[in-house]
Amino acid sequence: MSGAETVVVTPRDAAIERRGERQRRAYARGRGPLIWLPPVIVFVILIGIWYLFALYYDKVQGLGFLVPYPHLVLKEFFNDQYFSPQLWQDLLNSTEVALTGLAFAIVIGVLWATLMSLAKWVERSLYPYAVILQCVPILALVPLIGILFGYEFPSRVIVTTMIALFPMVSNTLFGLLAADRSQRELFQLQGASNLTTLLKLQFPGAMPSIFLGLRNAAGLSVIGAIVGDQFFQRGNPGLGVLVQVTTSRANGAGTFAAIIIASLLGIAVFLLFGWLARLVVGRWYDF
Amino acid sequence: MTTTAPTKKKPAAASATGTLLDFRNVAMQFSNGTIALQGVDLTVNRGEFVTVVGPSGCGKSTLLRIASGLETASEGTAEVDTDRIGYVFQDATLLPWRNVERNVELLAELQGENKKSRAAKAKEAIELVGLTGFEGSLPKQLSGGMRMRASLARSLTLAPELFLFDEPFGALDEITRERLNDELLKLFTEQQFAGLFITHSVSEAVYLSTRVVVMSGRPGTIVDTFDVPFPMPRDPDIRFTAEFAELVGKVSHALREGHH
Repeated sequence: MSGAETVVVTPRDAAIERRGERQRRAYARGRGPLIWLPPVIVFVILIGIWYLFALYYDKVQGLGFLVPYPHLVLKEFFNDQYFSPQLWQDLLNSTEVALTGLAFAIVIGVLWATLMSLAKWVERSLYPYAVILQCVPILALVPLIGILFGYEFPSRVIVTTMIALFPMVSNTLFGLLAADRSQRELFQLQGASNLTTLLKLQFPGAMPSIFLGLRNAAGLSVIGAIVGDQFFQRGNPGLGVLVQVTTSRANGAGTFAAIIIASLLGIAVFLLFGWLARLVVGRWYDF
Repeated sequence: MTTTAPTKKKPAAASATGTLLDFRNVAMQFSNGTIALQGVDLTVNRGEFVTVVGPSGCGKSTLLRIASGLETASEGTAEVDTDRIGYVFQDATLLPWRNVERNVELLAELQGENKKSRAAKAKEAIELVGLTGFEGSLPKQLSGGMRMRASLARSLTLAPELFLFDEPFGALDEITRERLNDELLKLFTEQQFAGLFITHSVSEAVYLSTRVVVMSGRPGTIVDTFDVPFPMPRDPDIRFTAEFAELVGKVSHALREGHH
């Protein structure tokens, strides 16, 4: 055995390994009916159950507007007398509030967590407020926010930020502190400054965790925007108000349509940030 | 001398036989009261490859941490006569988001070298460990042995005079470990660094080193030292000779004696 001269793994071996990996992924991504069929069946069953309920409310109770038939809800999306234009406008308003609130949550959350990662005493001093923020019932603060900041866009954004902030803080902090001891020592041995270590070790290493936080925060920001609408209705409120208005007018199909759109917004934002996460760190980290 | 911190200086006029590491009566007591090392005298000269074997938790790694400056001895003097120290950790400690080349470049990058110079160093080191062709691979795409090669290459960019190894091959399978041992010895003869290698494999210790130091369990003290007479570069088949087996037997025996 003359190991000294031999290179153990050839590029060809690695290429074969990569090909195997690609095939596994292609399979996991879903080709073949075994993969897409079950979810479709479940979806059809759920819609069927909805029809049964609608039928019951319509024929037995005589209150069809409470639980409208799914096709009526679908039709409502294209009801351009009142509903449809309003729906898209409100969707836009809610998205604006959600994304603005989320942006604030990201900036504040990352800065807050970075500060805490610098020293244990900072973490001990600042973390309790992150927890308090998470625990305080936002609805209890709503009247106060209204008095202090008015009943328009700023207050809706504040509520959104407060709801979305905690996962940003906690996930970023977790990620920044996750670098293992030998990695830190590797930097320490080269005399790397705290800033260098933060930028070249801790932040890149924290990215998967930050993106997980971001995905949760994004979902919460939609909730924040809808909640904000319910209480701060001046200016250009969004889907939350639409839900209230359609309900008060006994427009069941409209209410359902608004709720569905709000849910889709949440899902879209969730998927968007999941996709972004894979784009940025998926190369080296498996979500 | 009363200093306890390792003193690092530029090598004085490259003396071929100078002492690179000199520990006198080194003791280490941690703040929780654990005594990890006691009365350790150890030198590593240029041209030497010294291996420390000992049971788990005997403070072997603490020796390296003191030598590298990560820890300060609580007693005695620990002098290191170079600032070009390579340190290979138990795991490869590659940054998973960097490919092989960018990982190997890291130390030069941290020392503020420009792109061109660190790329040249990385290329050379990658060649030395036989990873040419894998510059663009991510750590997760590599086997354990290849990751360790990348880790070795990263330290090689420092052109270390003293190379510290903290059980680097402990997690690898036997075949990979032996092959990496061979390559490490080749690097040792070509690159002219002095080595201080920690392991708990006796045959690895005998095969790699010019001198084997046996440590006892807590508190870690040196119980015996063996000079390894086999010439460098070493024939891998030396592992199957009677002399090799005999020396392995002696070291194992000393290890057993010291392990209460």
